[in-house]
Amino acid sequence: MVLTHKYILMDDQANSGEEKKGKMKLYSYWRSSCAHRVRIALSLKGLEYEYIPVNLLKGEQSDPDFKKINPMGTVPALIDGDVVISDSLAIIMYLDEKYPEPPLLPPDLHKRAVNFQAASIVLSGIQPHQNLGVIKFIEEKINSEEKTAWVTNAITKGFTALEKLLLSCAGKHATGDEVYLADLFLAPQIYGAINRFQINMEPYPTLAKCYESYKDLPAFQNAAPEKQPDAPASTS
Amino acid sequence: MKLYSYWRSSCAHRVRIALSLKGLEYEYIPVNLLKGEQSDPDFKKINPMGTVPALVDGDVVISDSLAIIMYLDEKYPEPPLLPPDLHKRAVNFQAASIVLSGIQPHQNLGVIKFIEEKINSEEKTAWVTNAITKGFTALEKLLVSCAGKHATGDEVYLADLFLAPQIYGAINRFQINMEPYPTLAKCYESYKDLPAFQNAAPEKQPDAPASTS
Repeated sequence: MVLTHKYILMDDQANSGEEKKGKMKLYSYWRSSCAHRVRIALSLKGLEYEYIPVNLLKGEQSDPDFKKINPMGTVPALIDGDVVISDSLAIIMYLDEKYPEPPLLPPDLHKRAVNFQAASIVLSGIQPHQNLGVIKFIEEKINSEEKTAWVTNAITKGFTALEKLLLSCAGKHATGDEVYLADLFLAPQIYGAINRFQINMEPYPTLAKCYESYKDLPAFQNAAPEKQPDAPASTS
Repeated sequence: MKLYSYWRSSCAHRVRIALSLKGLEYEYIPVNLLKGEQSDPDFKKINPMGTVPALVDGDVVISDSLAIIMYLDEKYPEPPLLPPDLHKRAVNFQAASIVLSGIQPHQNLGVIKFIEEKINSEEKTAWVTNAITKGFTALEKLLVSCAGKHATGDEVYLADLFLAPQIYGAINRFQINMEPYPTLAKCYESYKDLPAFQNAAPEKQPDAPASTS
């Protein structure tokens, strides 16, 4: 009897229009730079969502309940109706195609390529070398100094490449006067570099200028790690 | 068009498949990564990133395999490298991302040299094997419900361009056993009869050592 009642309720919800379809859900960790990218995208596009925290330090991404929803066991993961997508690049591209305003890629083909390249440098060249699993491994197998040197080296190489890439793209933000894909990947990366790894931004004036340009943008501010529901009280 | 490539670079391999699929002619310019030729001043003048692959299309220079492939797909749309369905497009990006960020960075030359030098050869092997295992396990889960001839359907899409070189490397360079990954193994088989994939294979490239052909 209870089950039938529940199904009737759900039918009502389904039939009462788009607004009652249920908000999107984002499985996120406050300090995950990958989740941070997606939060900026959602905020930029004015999309409401339910924030569901997954504590990576406690290994909650391996919980069977979470894995039922997202077999990948990774954060971020987005639930939009029946669709479950994980991976920040996949989620952002999905959001940009389903909710096209404002667009996250510029009209010019070459500038689009620069955006993908910037995203890729962060995605494949920097972030993989600073994620929890990797730095724990290096710290345990070698020592803490090597771990620091490892991360610093990855960030330095990546930031040097990004500085070269974006130098000629004069504009308010990374690739022009509008916020695009590159900015969504840059902001969390630079945030982490400064706050977690004490990287000096002086050798990277273009990147530093981009980072400054996000300070007055609500979409970026709202997405900041310390503003998230699961951020420890001491960080706000 | 010019492609700066290294025969065994899995990143260059992805781009070679894309170019071949779209029937695009290009001049192959080898850059020997083992000899550090990517750091040559002349190469850096063309591509300040100093990375391979790099594509030169008229005035445009693009490096990074994802950026190049997306550029090619938009400039030369046939055949399309992304399916029409939004969710399937997401699966393609996710598969590409798992390879791009989850596996390949942990097996590139710089990383494995570091681990071998700072620790030892066994740890290096364990490191790469672990990265590939985690990534392949994720890919197997991701693609298991996408029944079709290839990774995400009956047509070749972005995911296939990233899968093929990754699996090639896993089998040939790192002796990974594909038995735990039947979906991936089936995908890999599906590329065997496709000229675009065969032409792009490392051993078929102009700079492949004679002993590999």
